[in-house]
Amino acid sequence: MNIILVSLLVLGVIGILAAVLLYAVAQWFKVEEDPRIDEVQEVLPGANCGGCGSAGCRAFAENCVKASSLDGLLCPVGGAPTMAKVGEILGMAAVAGDPKVAVVRCNGNCEARPKTSEYNGTRTCAIMSTLYVGETNCGFGCLGCGDCVAACQFDAIHMDPKTGLPVVDEEKCTSCGACAKACPRNIIEIRKKGPDGLRMVVECVNKDKGAAAKKACANACIGCAKCKTVCGADAITVEANVAYIDAEKCILCRDCEAACPTGAIWAQNAPDRKFSGKPAAAAAKTAAAAPAEEGDGKFDPAVAAQIAALPTPQAAGMNLLKRAQAK
Amino acid sequence: MNTFKIGGVHPHDNKEYSAHKQITAVPLPKQAIIPLVQHIGAPAKPVVEKGQKVLVGQVLAEAGGFVSAPIHSPVSGTVTKIDTALDAQGMKMQCIFIDVEGDEWLPEIDRTDTLNAVCKLEPKEIIAKIQAAGIVGLGGACFPTHVKLMPPPGKTAEVLVVNGVECEPYLTCDHQLMLERGEQIMVGIDLVMKALGIQKAIIGIEKNKPDAIQHMTELANKHLGVSVKPLALKYPQGGEKQLIDACIGRQVPSGALPIEVGAVVDNVATLYAIYEAVQKNKPLISRVMTLTGKSVKKPGNYEVRFGTPLTDVIELAGGVPEDTGKVIGGGPMMGRAMQNLDMPCNKRMSGALFMTKADSVRVEPENCIRCAKCVSACPMGLEPYMLAKLSAAQNWEKMEKLNVMDCIDCGCCLFTCPSHRPLLDYIRLGKGKVGGIIRARQMAAQAKK
Repeated sequence: MNIILVSLLVLGVIGILAAVLLYAVAQWFKVEEDPRIDEVQEVLPGANCGGCGSAGCRAFAENCVKASSLDGLLCPVGGAPTMAKVGEILGMAAVAGDPKVAVVRCNGNCEARPKTSEYNGTRTCAIMSTLYVGETNCGFGCLGCGDCVAACQFDAIHMDPKTGLPVVDEEKCTSCGACAKACPRNIIEIRKKGPDGLRMVVECVNKDKGAAAKKACANACIGCAKCKTVCGADAITVEANVAYIDAEKCILCRDCEAACPTGAIWAQNAPDRKFSGKPAAAAAKTAAAAPAEEGDGKFDPAVAAQIAALPTPQAAGMNLLKRAQAK
Repeated sequence: MNTFKIGGVHPHDNKEYSAHKQITAVPLPKQAIIPLVQHIGAPAKPVVEKGQKVLVGQVLAEAGGFVSAPIHSPVSGTVTKIDTALDAQGMKMQCIFIDVEGDEWLPEIDRTDTLNAVCKLEPKEIIAKIQAAGIVGLGGACFPTHVKLMPPPGKTAEVLVVNGVECEPYLTCDHQLMLERGEQIMVGIDLVMKALGIQKAIIGIEKNKPDAIQHMTELANKHLGVSVKPLALKYPQGGEKQLIDACIGRQVPSGALPIEVGAVVDNVATLYAIYEAVQKNKPLISRVMTLTGKSVKKPGNYEVRFGTPLTDVIELAGGVPEDTGKVIGGGPMMGRAMQNLDMPCNKRMSGALFMTKADSVRVEPENCIRCAKCVSACPMGLEPYMLAKLSAAQNWEKMEKLNVMDCIDCGCCLFTCPSHRPLLDYIRLGKGKVGGIIRARQMAAQAKK
């Protein structure tokens, strides 16, 4: 009986002492933290994807609290609504960014880009790209092992078994950029989503000269610069035998799509396709030579803003621009 | 019998197909395509122009730095263009294209077969001749030889270790070279010993080549300080660090070069090239390669001028066998599958191996069972299972700490794994990434200075 009492007493005293010690130490080494960090973290999605450039949501919350304005800080997963909430907590105005989406810049499907060898090593793009050119003769295009699919936390990108290319689910894509980082060939780009998802994209990154690119893949960009000639908005540059469309300048007129002789340029999410599948020299002449001839070819940003605000800008856009130039 | 101490595996050597086949010269091609990168280091800079006539042995491109090698014309004819061509992996490389016309050599090159064993040159002159002849290590790594012969200040060479091991299965070109041109190799050894100012050379030969051991021992008896060391059969004995361990019992520290332990390693083919360059004024324009495989009609050892398309050699060996599943450039352990058989032969090309469909299928990998066979097999004392895991997890920092840069790509881990895990594939990926990180760090440190 005595032993039980003594042991209870001893343990109780030790417990009290330890509690006092722990409390004292906790007070002593207390880290003062801005309570707003917790509040901000609360409204963030908590995916820890790193798409914002910070190492996880907590680090992003800390950066937001530290920053003097929210300019340049964007959670791509939560988007504008989340940033508005963050701005509310911090008493700052949220800077609205354009919604973005991951875009696959390769259209080398099985028909256009025939297989020339069979790879039976480890099926990851990272390893395949260090070993050789890949299963086709295109040294720039998609390798088709799906490193991007493995990198996506949001189940937003999948391989299409018919084409062997990744397809982005735009509803789910948060534009965090994990797939773009995972792609060893830098095919995936985080681009402006565009009104109703409509955007002009050169679906090729092949830097080979025209003949070699075309030999490897029927859908390749051959760097002919026809698109650059017809572009009324000066949005297209051709460097290292590949065209690139600047999404900020593009007015979505779709003339480049019609002018492209190989069909490398796509108006993504457009209801129809302007490209006829044949060398489009004739089509380009009638439809696209107009803006180059009439007007001074200068691009009016006010008109572009009007076009971007239209619900279906592709058809109306060109007319608006032409009208502006005619004035 | 001597061998290296850590790790190693015993693949079947399969040398019977092409062993003892006399070295055959491959006829000149119609068009020679000569890559500007045939060595480790800076690419060579072309010094010829389109339309220029060149003779055999003429310099086509000069070295792009100290760790680089010049490239000489292996044929005579007209330079048609300097453009890109595809290499064995289908990637682009800068090349000089020459339309072959006749076979005219530079007059100073001695083309006779008489053995010239007397050399009155000073050590420095010998090294200068080796450098000017564009000689690189023909064992496979293609490291410029003159760099090895000029030890950095504070380091002295004590012994020349000659690599006659040829531990890669299937390959027999070095073996045949020792049998047919042993005397020339011996003169090459004398020249390198003179250049380095050393009195000792050891030739390491694996015991599966008893005739080469006997032949070279007989020849070595006539040369002061040269001896032959028969070695037990084990892969990768031809690796530089493994060979030093096997021949002189010294271990090269992690990240260091053989000169750290006073050794210089050269392959027998390199020594033959040194003999030809110094004594015959002939630059490195050809090499002996093995073309072999279970169903190749005429497997053998072929001497090719660089720039000859591989298809020409294949034709000479009886064409591509019907049951070919894969063509490997080099040996089966370290070689790479080729995507493009039109690629021009170059200094790197030690062999082409035609694997049958049945042999070339890779088994589906299964889970790691933690048996640690890869750890016992690794000749560099690494932990391949761990490195592969880290590589898959993209943990490059930890890989660097676990010395992934010491990996010599020998493939012992992959060969020994009972679960057929693609260990080397992942380690090689990590090695590339870590190498890039280290280089970036060095660049940043240099920029700060």
